[in-house]
Amino acid sequence: MYTEKVMEHFRNPRNMGDIPNADGVGTVGNPVCGDLMTIYIKVNDNRIEDIKFKTFGCGAAIATSSMITELARGKTLEEALKISRGDVADSLGGLPPIKMHCSNLAADGLHAAIQDYLKKKEAKK
Amino acid sequence: MTRRVYMDHSAGMPVDPRVLEAMMPYFNQKFGNPSSLHSWGNEARKAMEDARAKIVALVGAKKSEEMFFTSGGTESNNLAIKGVAYRHKDRGNHIVTTVIEHMSVMNPCKALLKEGFDVTYVPVDKYGVVDLPSLEKALTDKTILVSVMYANGEIGTIQQIREIGNLVHHRGALLHVDAVAAAGQVPINVEDENIDLMSISSNDMYGPRGVGALYVKTGTRIQPIIQGGGQERGLRSGTENIPAVVGIGKAAELTKAEMKTEGERLSRLRNKLIKGVLESIPSSFLNGHPTQRLPNNANVRFSYIEGESLILSLDMLGVACSSGSACTSKTLEPSHVLLAIGLKHEEAHGSLLFTLGRQNTEEDVDYVVKALPDIVKRLRAISPLTPKELLS
Repeated sequence: MYTEKVMEHFRNPRNMGDIPNADGVGTVGNPVCGDLMTIYIKVNDNRIEDIKFKTFGCGAAIATSSMITELARGKTLEEALKISRGDVADSLGGLPPIKMHCSNLAADGLHAAIQDYLKKKEAKK
Repeated sequence: MTRRVYMDHSAGMPVDPRVLEAMMPYFNQKFGNPSSLHSWGNEARKAMEDARAKIVALVGAKKSEEMFFTSGGTESNNLAIKGVAYRHKDRGNHIVTTVIEHMSVMNPCKALLKEGFDVTYVPVDKYGVVDLPSLEKALTDKTILVSVMYANGEIGTIQQIREIGNLVHHRGALLHVDAVAAAGQVPINVEDENIDLMSISSNDMYGPRGVGALYVKTGTRIQPIIQGGGQERGLRSGTENIPAVVGIGKAAELTKAEMKTEGERLSRLRNKLIKGVLESIPSSFLNGHPTQRLPNNANVRFSYIEGESLILSLDMLGVACSSGSACTSKTLEPSHVLLAIGLKHEEAHGSLLFTLGRQNTEEDVDYVVKALPDIVKRLRAISPLTPKELLS
């Protein structure tokens, strides 16, 4: 059902965990639906210096979370905001159609974390 | 090479080699049509009636004329429900069923609802046992049919069919029992248990797929759904699938002969599996009834994680099982059975269903009990829902 790339990320998720003093935190999904993910980012000089995730969900949810951390790390915030759900799925060699909507939340999680960072930054001014 | 442990027998069973052997001649040697008058036809007809007698014996029916071959459990359930509804609609338009039935009962009832029938869904308790007072209250003068499963294939809970039959007959309605998950696993006697119609599947007792049977008690009138050449005394037309019919017959014979010893063996393995898992994994729970359950069914749930990732992780270690999680269903809805016993969505998502079978051994159970704690631990470490004290 899943590509080898999805399974590889499911078996060995990259950047799993949390960042205690994260600059931005984004949580998307809902345990009721079966998928919940939290993305933590550390921002330095407008770049995502560190990124980690925690995810409750299916294989696709865990693999997309892992993939987004690889895609976003080192990117500027503007570049990171451009990463789409489709980019995440493509980088994993595709997802089963039924999983495209429900479990492909990682891009949303990343964007939420960036918005959280921008909001906190705004509040500090 | 990793060990391979198949514990997903509710999803599909291997055909018993003895069943396969019995079927083989009927593909290309004894290939006659039972409706034919010549010796080829006679040979096929005899094989078919032998098979019918074996299923009749399995469920304690009185006569061979009470058993009809179908294409499987789904067709049997459709035929029973729609067949009774259409035949008896001048007597009443009310059907009673339960909230934990299989989709092949749920969806025909839903279809009948659209055609003007009324359907009442009786609730179950936290173990999945049908609430008898609610069932009794649901019955009206308009009730023509009550459909209750013998045992639930997902949580394993076995119903009090005899008592249900008493209530149903007291109000003059018919009782249909979906015994797809139960037939061959636990002793059933249609006479003693007040059953008017009962669905049986072949693959759920190590027979081939694509064949099943419907028991229809003498005197119970029912309208056919599939019309044609009048086979199965007009109730189910279509040239009989003799190899498959021979297969379900052989499967019924074997399962009857071995039910007691195999049931005890499976119960022992099941109890060991449940105990081993619950004792080694914190925040894990049993779904379904602790004792009134199918001998091969172990349904457990783990807080804070999701079933599909559990299945994938077990599959990497060669273990096959199922889950009630939405993420493993075609509809993206968690199992209606798990919700009906009062589980929250997130609890249903974390459920795993192990269904044991003839090939499973004590070593298989040990292997799963040993593998599961690390898998749960790893997924809990990834999950944002896991409380800190569980992570150490």
